[in-house]
This record gives sequence, structure tokens and C-alpha cells, in this order.
Amino acid sequence: MMSDVKVAIKNLYKIFGNNPSTMIDKVKDGISKSDLLENHGHVLGLDDVNLEVKESQLQVVMGLSGSGKSTLIRHINRLIEPTLGEILVDGDDILSMSVSELREFRRRKASMVFQTFGLLPHRKVIENISYGLTIQGVTKQEAFERSAQWIESVGLNGFENHYPAQLSGGMQQRVGLARALATDADILLMDEAFSALDPLIRSDMQDVLLALQHKLHKTIIFITHDLDEALKLGDNIAILRDGAVIQSGSAEDIILKPADDYVTDFIKDINKARVLKVSAVMANTDTIMGPEIQETTIIEDALQTVSKSGSNGAIVMKNGEKVGTVSLTDMILAIARSSKNTDSDTVYR
Amino acid sequence: MSLFTEFPKMGRTDLRDFKKGIDESFRDFTFNYGEAIETFFDPLLFFLVWLEKLFLNTPWPIIIVIIAVLVYFGSRSIKLTIGAVLAFLVIGYLDMWDDTMATLAIISVATIVCISVGIPIGILMARSERTQTLITPILDVMQTIPSFVYLIPVVMLLGIGKVPGLLAVCIYAIPPIVRLTNLGIRLVDKDVMEASEAFGASYRQKLLGVQIPLALPNIFAGVNQTIMMALSMVVIASMIGVKGLGVPVLRAISNQYLALGVMNGLAIVVLAILFDRVSQKIGKRLQAHTESTK
Repeated sequence: MMSDVKVAIKNLYKIFGNNPSTMIDKVKDGISKSDLLENHGHVLGLDDVNLEVKESQLQVVMGLSGSGKSTLIRHINRLIEPTLGEILVDGDDILSMSVSELREFRRRKASMVFQTFGLLPHRKVIENISYGLTIQGVTKQEAFERSAQWIESVGLNGFENHYPAQLSGGMQQRVGLARALATDADILLMDEAFSALDPLIRSDMQDVLLALQHKLHKTIIFITHDLDEALKLGDNIAILRDGAVIQSGSAEDIILKPADDYVTDFIKDINKARVLKVSAVMANTDTIMGPEIQETTIIEDALQTVSKSGSNGAIVMKNGEKVGTVSLTDMILAIARSSKNTDSDTVYR
Repeated sequence: MSLFTEFPKMGRTDLRDFKKGIDESFRDFTFNYGEAIETFFDPLLFFLVWLEKLFLNTPWPIIIVIIAVLVYFGSRSIKLTIGAVLAFLVIGYLDMWDDTMATLAIISVATIVCISVGIPIGILMARSERTQTLITPILDVMQTIPSFVYLIPVVMLLGIGKVPGLLAVCIYAIPPIVRLTNLGIRLVDKDVMEASEAFGASYRQKLLGVQIPLALPNIFAGVNQTIMMALSMVVIASMIGVKGLGVPVLRAISNQYLALGVMNGLAIVVLAILFDRVSQKIGKRLQAHTESTK
């Protein structure tokens, strides 16, 4: 299984301040973030972060502002130097790279999408998209040709010769996304890429990203503070708090088994019906009769189907075979559950 | 008691010797290196003389056509172009043509020198905090010290003539271009710089592809200021032998010729306004990409 780990972050620490290396032992001994700031004048950015991102997965890192998520993502292409720790990409140690190796890594291996877009205001859309390629040394003409397909796939047709300032936020981020994709890097770093967009546009962009990922299978590390976004996009979600990863798992893991009160608080207002699949509440009883639904159906859709049919539940199917049943009450219970310990996990398996 | 009523002073003879020492050592320096420094500036002198002759020997209608074309392509404004042509016709009619051409020549050379020296210094300043803290006070001195004070060593070193005049103009006029280049580069959006860095741009790619283009409006404001300050030095430069509109102004001051002074003064103003309007229009065009067309 080691082989398909694309990015491995091991025991990563980042302390901001005048003399971070002297503080590392205190941090390892478990000094609190506020104590470190008040008594030693250093800010704890990342605290023993371990994260393995598998190839072709969309890894979401979620946390509130100040949790260190933007700091974390900037370590992967070394825009920020860590205080201590290891970062391996395809087994290569990023931290031991020379300046030119790192430049080459940034040019070809990992590209980035920014919250504030970071587009070059004096260059047209097509020039922005081909920026990474021109940095690589590709001729302008070839860069334009290779960029043209990305204009198509992010839906910017007809905007090639506009300047960024002439586009709306959503369109600008399409440029940012296309620019990152145009370099053909395996790894896509997305730092709150959609956070600056209004909700409808954001949802659009999420769909664009998912559709592209379906085709491209990149390894994506996506930073967000929005749980809905995290649950919608993430194959795997890591929750960051005060610079430490407090839970890492699939969307269902996080909703059904929140690691602590902090996570519980986080997921309190989430629309669980839209995240949980029927497989999460599936049982196997003979008393339930109803329509057949797929295992991967989300509860929201399943409830629709079941209530339309007037039955007390549904038959869960996988690959054309019955794998279990799901009752109306279980589904309602699952989406209504609001605190951590009301039920034993056995109900939800 | 006398300590409170009288400031503790350096002894009279000591002070005299001190000043004398400085003067003499500088005189020695001049004696030893003056010629070498003069030779160093020879190409500049050659260029200045050549340009001046070119301006003076070209028939005036051709000069006016060239000015009109330059103004039009700089400003894209018919009104300004017509104004410029009229202004130069009046200047010629009032017998200030030759002086105006001489001034135009020295301003052009001074501007070229300031740009080619000032922009690289500004880039260096933007690159490191240390160069910035080192150069900023020097610029402060250059801008605030009375021009006459640095005319003394310049004249001692190079004598009276075009090159020392040009040097005096440049000392006074170069700070804005240096400062605004530095400022412009430092003001470039940090997010854009980070993006450029994240895509693996080298220092050169960042400088030429992002920093300079985005700093251009500021750099251009610096060029504009430099031209304005160079023009304001015309009269002082004429004190040490630079030909141009400053000479009749000086004559007017010493002889109380009101009309002569005002006319030549206004000719300088006309040049200043033209340079300013045209360069501002160019600067504005450089920012065209920031405007949305929607």
C-alpha cells in the first residue's frame, strides 16, 4: 500500500517567531498555543502533523481560520520552510531539494490555485493560463496551443483575450484553475480556492472541479473552512485545529464518528441527508418492502424515493443484487442525530 | 559659568585648519583624478554635444513635425498636439528657439542618464532591506541639500561646462525615479508574487515578468518627476556653463530685464507642461488592464 501514497507529511512542525528551533522541545512537550505565544512570543503554526495523501485522491484539509491549514499547504511546495519534519512526494524529500530542484518541482510536479486567484493583472486570460508553461521555457506559441484545451474544459471560451479585471470572481478562478492544470502537474494544491466566491458560483466551481477530477485523476490537496465543501469534494478529510490534525477520514467517518467535541460542533449544522449514503444506515431485515435503490444513494434522495412510494423502507442494491434493507425510521434517525453519544455505533455500522 | 552662556566651540585656528585640511585634500584629489574623471564622462559630453547640434541644425519645421508626432503618439490627444505646435511656434517667434533646443537636449540626456542609472538602483533597493536602508539617506541628502553646495565640488572636479551641469541636474533629478522604482516593485501584489513563486519562476522571470510590468505605472510617475526636477534645475545649471533657457533668465536677474526673464521662464514652463501631460497619458495607458470594460 505504501506505493500509492503520493504525498506523505511526517511529524511536521512549524513555529513562527524569532527563534523557532529553541521552542521545538517545548512544543513537543505539549505546550499550548496560547502559552507559547504569551510567555515565549512564538506562534505555533503546525503541531506534529502527519498526513498521507494517496495518488489520485482528493484530500481535503479543513479547519477554521488560524488553524494552520494555509500554512500546511504551503509546506508541500515549500513556499514556507518547516521548523521540523519531513515531506515526501513520490518518495522524494522536498526539504532536501536545492533551489533549482525545488524550482523544477514547482514547475512540473505541483501547481497551485489561490484563494485570491493570484492572476497576473497585466496579462490576458490566455497568457495567464499559459504562465506556468512559459515559466517552464515552452515557446509562447506552443504554450498557447496547449492552454487552449484548458480554456475549453474550464468553460472560458471566448474570454481568451480579456484581462482578469474584466472577469467576475468565478471566471477569474476558472483562469486560476486552468493555469494550474495547464502545467500537467500531478499534484494540485488548492488553497481555499473557492472561498472567495459567492455560494452559487462556489457550487458551480465545485462541480467543475469534480468533473475534471473524474477525467484527470490528479492528486489534489484542497484547503477549505467550509464543511459542506469538504464533504462534497473530499475522498478523505483531515480536520485541523490549532495546527494539529484532530481527525482524518472519509466524510461518513467524520459525520458518524466525530473524534471530539470540536468536530461535533463543526458538523452540528451540516445537512447530513446530503452526505450520508444509505449504506451507512443499512440493515438486513425481511420486514421491509419497498423500491430498490443503489447502495451509494444519499439519504436525501432515498427519502424522496421511499416517501413517494409510500413504503416503510427500501431494498438496497449493489451491482444488481440485494445487499440489505434500509428503513424509513433509521434514515430519519441518522440525519436527525445531533450529539456524539446518543446511540451506539453499531446501529450505523 | 561661561559654559552656560557660551557654547563650547572648536578653537578658531583648529577649525580653520580643519576646513583647510578638507579643502586641500579635495584639491589634491581633483588634481590627481580630475582628468581621469573628465575622460570618464567624455562619451556623455560627446552625446550631449551631438544631440544639441542635431536639434539646432535640423530645420525648425521638421523639429515641429517630429514634436507633433511624438506628442500625438504619447498622448493620443489632438488638442494637446495642437497646443504643443502652437507653443513651439510662439517660442520660435519670440526668438527663444535655439535656447529651447539646447534645454531640450540637456533634459533629454539627463533623463536618459537618470533612467538608466536610477531604475537599476531602484531594483536593487527593492531586492534587499539593507540596500534600501543604505541608499534612502543618500537620496534624502541629494534631494534636500541646496544645489549650490554640490555645485562647488562638481565645479572643482570638472570645471565649468556641460558635463558638470549635466551632473548637477542628474544629482537633483535622479531620486524620484529611484524611489518610485523601489516603491513600485515593493507594492506589487504579494499574492501575485506568491503565485509566480509557486509556479517556479526564477528571480529573473519574476522581475521581468511580474514586478517590472506591474511597477511600470509607478516607475513612469518617477520618470515624470525626474523630468520635472531636471527642468527646474535648468537655471542653476546655466550658472556653470550649460547653454539653454537658463542663460537669458540669469541675464534677466542680474540686469532686471523683466520681459526677458518672464518669457524664458514661461518657455521652461511650457516644456514642463508638455513633458508632464504626455508622460502622464502614457502612464495612464500602462494601467489600462486594471480597468474593466464591463
